[in-house]
Parts: sequence; C-alpha cells; structure tokens
Amino acid sequence: MATTDIVPQESSGQLGRRRVVNDMSIQVATVNGSGSQSSNTVLLRSIFQMGVPISGKNLFPSNIAGLPTWYTIRANKDGYIGRKKEIDLLIAMNAETAQDDVKTLAPGASVLYDEPLALNKVRDDLIYYAVPYDKLVTTVCSEAKLRKLIKNMIYVGVAAQLLEIDFAEVEKAIRKQFATKAKAAALNLAAAKAGHDYAAANLQKRDPFYIERMDKTKGMIIVDGNSAAAMGCMFAGCTVVTWYPITPSSSLVETMIDYMKEYRIGPDGKATFAIVQAEDELAAIGMVIGAAWAGARSMTATAGPGISLMAEFAGLAYYVEVPAVIWDIQRVGPSTGLPTRTSQGDVLSTAFLSHGDSKHIMLFPDSVSECFTMAQDAFDLAERFQTPVFVMSDLDLGMNNWMSDPFPYPEKPIDRGKVLTKEDLERLGGFARYKDVDGDGVGYRTLPGTDHPAAAYFARGSGHNEKAQYSERPDDFERNMERINKKFETSRSFVPRPELAGSGKAKVGIIAYGTTHWAIIEARDQLANEHKLETDYLRIRAYPFTREVHDFIEQHERLYVVEQNRDGQMASLLKLDVKAELTPKLRSICHIHGLPIDARSITDDLMMMEGK
Amino acid sequence: MGSTTGTPSSTPAPKTNRIGLQVIDYRGGKTTLCAGCGHNAISERIIDAMYEMGVKPERVAKFSGIGCSSKSPAYFMNRSHSFNSVHGRMPSVATGAMLANKNLLALGVTGDGDTVSIGAGQFVHLMRRNLPIIYVIEDNGCYGLTKGQFSATADLGSTLKSGVVNDLPPVDTCAMAIQLGATFVGRSFSGDKKQLHTMLKAAIAHNGTVMLDVVSPCVTFNDHEGSTKSYKYMQAHEEPLHEVSFVPSFEEINVEYDAGTTFEVTMHDGSSLRLRKLEEEYDPTDKIHAVRRLMESHTKGEVLTGVFYINEKAPSFIDMLNVTDKPLATLPESAVRPSREALAKCMEELM
Repeated sequence: MATTDIVPQESSGQLGRRRVVNDMSIQVATVNGSGSQSSNTVLLRSIFQMGVPISGKNLFPSNIAGLPTWYTIRANKDGYIGRKKEIDLLIAMNAETAQDDVKTLAPGASVLYDEPLALNKVRDDLIYYAVPYDKLVTTVCSEAKLRKLIKNMIYVGVAAQLLEIDFAEVEKAIRKQFATKAKAAALNLAAAKAGHDYAAANLQKRDPFYIERMDKTKGMIIVDGNSAAAMGCMFAGCTVVTWYPITPSSSLVETMIDYMKEYRIGPDGKATFAIVQAEDELAAIGMVIGAAWAGARSMTATAGPGISLMAEFAGLAYYVEVPAVIWDIQRVGPSTGLPTRTSQGDVLSTAFLSHGDSKHIMLFPDSVSECFTMAQDAFDLAERFQTPVFVMSDLDLGMNNWMSDPFPYPEKPIDRGKVLTKEDLERLGGFARYKDVDGDGVGYRTLPGTDHPAAAYFARGSGHNEKAQYSERPDDFERNMERINKKFETSRSFVPRPELAGSGKAKVGIIAYGTTHWAIIEARDQLANEHKLETDYLRIRAYPFTREVHDFIEQHERLYVVEQNRDGQMASLLKLDVKAELTPKLRSICHIHGLPIDARSITDDLMMMEGK
Repeated sequence: MGSTTGTPSSTPAPKTNRIGLQVIDYRGGKTTLCAGCGHNAISERIIDAMYEMGVKPERVAKFSGIGCSSKSPAYFMNRSHSFNSVHGRMPSVATGAMLANKNLLALGVTGDGDTVSIGAGQFVHLMRRNLPIIYVIEDNGCYGLTKGQFSATADLGSTLKSGVVNDLPPVDTCAMAIQLGATFVGRSFSGDKKQLHTMLKAAIAHNGTVMLDVVSPCVTFNDHEGSTKSYKYMQAHEEPLHEVSFVPSFEEINVEYDAGTTFEVTMHDGSSLRLRKLEEEYDPTDKIHAVRRLMESHTKGEVLTGVFYINEKAPSFIDMLNVTDKPLATLPESAVRPSREALAKCMEELM
C-alpha cells in the first residue's frame, strides 16, 4: 500500500545545514489497532500547544487490526494545513512497511526507527535516529501486555526532544488524552519521559527541523469534521437521526449520540431526540423522510454507496416535498473500493439523485467550522424548501483532525418553514398542499396529528394536483413540475454564497470547494511567489450556484476548477449552469489518488496548463 | 366505495360514536380497485373498526407502499394524513413518522409483494422493533397492478390464470412475524366480516406491532380454479382457530365467559380480547405452540385464521426510546437547542 504519491527515490545528495522552524511534515507509520492513535494525538497537541498551526491526517486501511496505518502531522507557521507531499520526519514503527516507507522519502529527510529494523542500511542520504523501544519500555512498564500500548508513546518523547518541543506541553497533552484514566496517564507520561531522556543522552541532532513557540493557535480547538457536524446538528435542533454504519460517516452519528445524551435530555429525564440504527441505507432514508413528513428535523449520515441506495427515496422526497438532511462523507468507490480514502466523487450523482427530473440542494463545507454552521443551514433550507439537502463533506474533513476557532453560538433562530397549525386552519378553513401561494414555489404543509378536519393530505409521488389529489392530467403534472423547479430557482438566493479571495482583477480564476480549499490557499501563494501568477479564487459553498459564481466565470479569462475526482464533476455542473459561450473558459484540474489533494500538484498542473 | 355493510354486532349502530363522529367522517374517496376486490372489504372493516373504537381520524396516520393494496388508504379515512411511499419501504417511513410523533396511531396497509419480496428486509426489522403500528397485509398471492404474476405468498402448486404452476414454497408471514418479535399476530379473510372486524378493533387497542395477514382475493388475476387465494378456495379451506370477540375498555364487560373454554387477554388499555377455544390446548401467548400450529396447518392444507400470538407485556419500540411525552416534531427551539454554556463546554473540551 502506497502512503504517498511520491515515487521511490534513488539515493544520493548532500545534507544541508539549514534551520527549518515550524514548517514540517511528520509521518508516523504504525500497525492498525496498536494504540498509536493516542500517541499521535499527543504529538499533534504538543505542537499545537506550542502555538504552531497543525493538521493531522490518518491514512488507514479498511481493517480492524494488524494492517499498516500512517498518521501525518503537518506543522506550518504560515497556516498551510493541507497535505504536503514530502515527509520530513518519518517515525517508522511498523517493520512490515519500514523499508518502503524509507524508500519514498526525499533525500535529507529524517527517520526515527526501532533499532532492530536497521533502516540505516536502506539508504545513505537520510538522517537516522535509532531507538531501542523494547529495552526502554521494559524500564517503564512491568506488565507485558501493556507494553505494546505504551511503546508508541516513547516516540512522542523522542520526537519532542529532537524537535525541541517543550516537554511540559507533552505532559499537558498526555494528561488531557488520559483525563479520566490516572494510571494510563502516569504510564504514558513515563514512557514519553523515557523516550525524551534517551534522546537527550544518546541522539545527536542532525536534522534541520525545529518547533519554536509562537502564538497562532491561542484559544483554538482541535476537532474532526464529523464531530463538528454532530455538534452542529445538535445545536440546529435536530430531533431524529436514522443511520446505517458506513465508513467514513459512522463517527458523525456515534459522536452525536454522545453529545445528545449529554445535552439533549430534558428536565423530565426524557430525550428530546431519537437516534435509530436502521437495517440499511434504504431504511435510514425512509425513516428520515417519514420523520420529516411528520414534522421532525431529521437527518442521516452516509457515504457514496449509501447515497446510491437512497436514490429512489431521494426522488420521492423531492416530489412529495419532504425535508431531509443527508450528510455525505465522501470516500472512494463502491463496495471494497478504497473505503478509507477521501474523494469528492459524489457531486454529480448527488446533484441529480433519483430517476426523472430531480435536482437537489447541496452544501460544501471546507472546514470543521462550516461542518458546524452548515448543519443549521441544511436543516433550515430543507424545511424552508421542503426538499432533501445534501451536505457534501469528505473523509479528509470528516475523520481527520483540524484546528479551528471555537464555533460561534448560533444566533439565527431555527427556521421550520411553512407549516400550518390547527389555528391557521381554523382561520383559513382549509388549504391546498401544493399551491404556490407566495410566488416562491413553496406550498404550505400540515403535519399528521394536526387536530383539524381539513388538516390531512395524501402524500404521494408526482401524480397529484395542487390539493394533493391523485391526478394523471398532463396540465396538473406539468404545473407541478414547473413549480418544484421554481423552488429550486428560489433557493439560489437562500443557499450559502461563495467565498471570494484575490483582487478581482486577475486573469486567472480558480474555483474549488470543500477540503480542496486548503491546498488552494497554499497553491495560490506558490503561484504568486514562485511564478508571479496572480489568481482570484472562488470557493463554491452550495449548489444551485448563486449569481456570484456566474459573475466570477464571466469576469475571468481562464478558470481552473480544481477537485478531487476523475471527471471534473463540479466543472460539469458549472457547464450545465452557465451561458454556453462561457463553458470553453472552464478547465479541470482533477486528483484521484485517494489522498487529500496537495498544493504542489495543483501549482504544477496549473502552470503546465498555462503553457509555462 | 360508499355502500354501508353494517356492523356485525347484534345491536344497531348508533348514529355517532363515543367522540361524536358519524361513520361518514371515517370514509375516503371512491375506490378505483376492481369491483369485488377483497381490498375494498378490508377498507370497510377498517372504517367500521375505527368508528366503533371512537378513534379520532386526525390522530391516525396511514402508510402504504406500492401496489393495489397500497392504493387503498385513499379509499378510507380522508381526515387522516396518508403517505403512499415506495415499493416495500413503507415500514421505514412509518417508523420515522412514529419517531417524530409518538401520539399518532399508525396504520400500514400493504401487500404481499411489498411485504415478502421487495420489502422483506424492512418487514423483518419492523417486526423485531415492535413499533406501535397496525400492519395489514392485503394478501392475494399475486401482483395485481402488473397483471397477475405470482408473489411469494402463493402456495406451492397453485396456478396462474395462464396455467403456469408455482413451484416455490410460500412464505408464512404470520410464522415469520411471531419469530421476529411482533406482539399481535393474526390471519383473517377479507370475506370473514365478523372475525376481521373484531381483530381490527383489538388491534387498535394494542401497543406494539400488530401484524394481520388478511387473505384478500384478486378477482381479476387470482380467483380462478387452481388458485389458493380465491373466494371459493377460502370458503372451503378457512379454519378458524377460535372465535374472536372483543370488549373495548370504554364498554362495560357484562358478558360472562367460561375460563375453561375461553382464553381471555387483558390488553394494554384495559380492553378484553376473548378467544373462545375451538382447539382445547391452544395458548396464544406461546410462540412455539403458535408456530408449530401454523406449520401443521400447511401440511393439512387448511388456511388457519385467528389471533395466533399476543404479548401485551413487551415494551414497544417507542417505549424503549424514552423520548419526551410531547411529540419530537413540534418541540420548541428552547427544548432542542442547548444553551450557550453547553456550547462553551463543548469547545472547552476541544481546546
């Protein structure tokens, strides 16, 4: 299994005498299920606590235990936290992959390895640090079965010493990691200390990488996108969650269960929510739709294969006009594709999910912060427009650690859309479910259980008239189709607007969305600094596209749509939406290797397409 | 539909029920099913049972899948909300609606194609959750709306109109439901007015999943010689397990019964379901007994009807979820958006 998209290096090269501060990528290669997650988090947090911007990306196999797994920490003083191709420090803990891991490093990189692996024999253009983990762990822990778990914490101590991370920060991070387990905290602290002491006494610093204290993370949080989404949904007033486990979305609901149990139990000890694990995705979406029809703010979370299974129901919800919030934590491929790798591959299939004419609102969070805020956007839009709304996250965002400012408390009241109560019906005498009363295409609905003889309506697919009566009349059908389309058009001015960056005067425009954003920030600086190419940037946050998207395309000579799929799916959607004469301006930069996109690849591709 | 079939009880029906509504308040649109379709008779029984039980129509939510049976909710109880969903996936829609509003009375009307073929998975999980719902299979052994193909409840050796013989064994939905966890399981026949009517009334009093398999002949595609779901076949082979009678909680119990010959079940709401034994040893609270008796009926070639299994003690799915008394659907923002302090605490933990 390749951990990077760098081809193995031939050995050669000179070691420099540089001092590189707060700018590095550290990769930890371990075995799945060996408890390395705790040590990786502690290392990540220690650097974060030093005030240095970080991100942590887990590259793991579709496996419970035993297969190789890699964790990459990027620390960058400028705040570039997208993936970087090159690894500066490899912590090789997995004998099985160690040789390959070493071969993919760039000359001059450092390797921290388990002494018996003798990795220093593989290449002579790297900096090696050998650590006798087994010897060290026996001095720390007398219980043999615990040794395997705390062995990983030793490398945290070694790395901290080599990089000059204040050990007090390591200690603080360990205490946080094992906050409720005093014995584990003590053991792990001893292990980290043993590593730190060993490094101080035995290792001579030869690499140029250092962590120095700075102040770019003060008051910030570290969280994964799925947890952020879970919190967002809870604060957005979600009441029903129905789901079927699928990587990489499961942790969204599992985290939500924890949060809801803590914060959404009423004074009577009863839950203000229901979370149900369904028998499959067909049932999960069916329950969401049933619950939403009956008035709950309901949602599910899934990934591409689940989206496919939900297609029929998504179309029904679109035509019956039932709100639904569906989180798609995108990953690669159907079945046993690359279920633990990231992708933006569901954009087109989701936009038109189902049969017949269907178009769905999609939101594209780029950050944990937007996972939080877009949760309410999604519920509000779904209820306002009585239609399914898809939130298109991805594995990189959902399952990896990101730093962020703390999430703002939602100030906007919850929007429950057009719902007629018993009192409304008493005043009105009755209603026509699918009549466009307000000119926005959205009819008024009633909820089952509304205590009025005129409250009921019959929910069914597309064959109905304004009063929800069965009809196969061509004029009824056509009018209904046009009205539903009108809702979609109305929603253009309600969905989140794109984010713009740049002077607005550049000839080249970059369009991207979701997690691609983080690589774009860095690539734009590379283009400006290294190639003197000024770019403007538009980050799409929703489909349907707002006016700003059309304007941006109109205003630029050449546009690069950057995304993490093969076919340029967002570029295709844009081409369907913009004026025909503008479509030749749109060019695609696509990445499909299953790893989060990196800035250097974008810069290189873009310059090549610029003909330079 | 419109024709009144009258109530099967000996006393004439009052003009209004206990909540002051007339039978007309429980009616639906005009049926578009074939004249003589068993499903129409079932709609009539539902109207009568709901009327007599004094169920407020606005409290009822009707659910269906796809097929002739699933059209029928349009033909009764217009004052109740209804959701005609997708093929075989009605159980999930009903489950969702009950999560949103536990005060609804859920009535699912579906068919054998929905239940045992395309929706077999959802049927299984609906039964094992014991969701409060009355799940009625209008079972005609064939796909009417697509012109008469066999369904999975068609008996081995039964024939299509065209003469094609069914060579696969049928699924017994009742045996399946009992094994899976439904807490009120019975079979009836659309032509058996009194039994079906009584079972539906008892179903309304039950808290949990009621699974009623109602053999309902398809007059167009499955009512011929060689069919085992025809009127003629049912009249010859229906074998009631017991005589079913029901005294709702709001009526005084003034009819004596002999405990030796009648099995009485006191229901969740205090109603009384009485099963006058035709088979001395039958115990409807014994799952194993029930399934064995059903298996025997197949070898004997009889269509056993009655309440096969009942469990009034099991908690329903909604009971287990421990949700607030008020429907989740309409909780105010103050109840569903945690405080600023809560968010501050969440953030603190992540710093």
